[in-house]
Amino acid sequence: MSVMNVNPTRMEMKRLIGRLKTATRGHKLLKDKTDEMIRRFISLAEENKRLREQTEQELCSALQAFAQARCTTDGRVVEEAVMMPSRTVTLTCSKRKVMGVDVPSMQVSDSGGELYPYSFLSVTSQLDDSVRGLNNVLLKLVRLAETEKTCNMLAEEIEKNKRRVNALENIMIPQLTETINYIKMKLDESERAATVRLMKVKDIINK
Amino acid sequence: MPNKIAVIGDKDSVLAFRAVGVEVFDATTAEQAQSLVKKTIADRYAVVFIAEDLAEQIPETLQKAKLQTYPAIVPIPTGVAPSGFGMQGIKSDVEKAIGVDIIFNKEDK
Repeated sequence: MSVMNVNPTRMEMKRLIGRLKTATRGHKLLKDKTDEMIRRFISLAEENKRLREQTEQELCSALQAFAQARCTTDGRVVEEAVMMPSRTVTLTCSKRKVMGVDVPSMQVSDSGGELYPYSFLSVTSQLDDSVRGLNNVLLKLVRLAETEKTCNMLAEEIEKNKRRVNALENIMIPQLTETINYIKMKLDESERAATVRLMKVKDIINK
Repeated sequence: MPNKIAVIGDKDSVLAFRAVGVEVFDATTAEQAQSLVKKTIADRYAVVFIAEDLAEQIPETLQKAKLQTYPAIVPIPTGVAPSGFGMQGIKSDVEKAIGVDIIFNKEDK
């Protein structure tokens, strides 16, 4: 490691020792933070995976039913049927902090009302299946979105944090230690030089 | 705070979402999807569901959105069976955070 470009003075050494203390403390704190973040991330990622497996299956079957409905009835009729929904989904969104990261937190509420916004006369029952399935899966989808986003952001933060820890551990701290050592050596050296000079002067005077 | 949900995908497959009160945007090509994703970010949507096959084609745009709290852009399967792209996303997150994928490997054994 390279020694920093500093004046080898006692002042400078004192300053550097202070910095080294802060760096060591910061390093420990950041390392603990990473550990905790990873612990939380693992449970979140497992939940994420579970949710995704569930929703993907349900969503596929709902969309498949819709495709069948479109095949059996005229496309325009189906389009018209779903054009004016009688219920709206509203999200109540806020931010939540997980280990200092802003993650979304959402609450779904639908307005209630009739689930099927069309007359049963014009379309087949597959469309009913599809709409019912989608309605059921929507709640889970929003949950999934929330979890997945949290996972994404935590992963990003963990990576950043790791980089910080590594920078402190492998660059900052060794560099500081080495510079402090260098200054100490220099100071000792000049002290010895001063002593020797004094002894020499004493010799000369005694002669 | 944003409070809207959008679905981006091939109209034939995702139109059904409109019946449950979600806004549907039609996109069949990567360019269309890209401009729609940008639009949904600008219009402050909270959740954007995007068809897996489209999401696969515009990774850079989605990557940019990953750093913000909102919107949460989630790939969803629209075909007969999930293509595994969504799972791939979780996997890469785990790999990024931990270094090795311990969640998916565990169950293979």
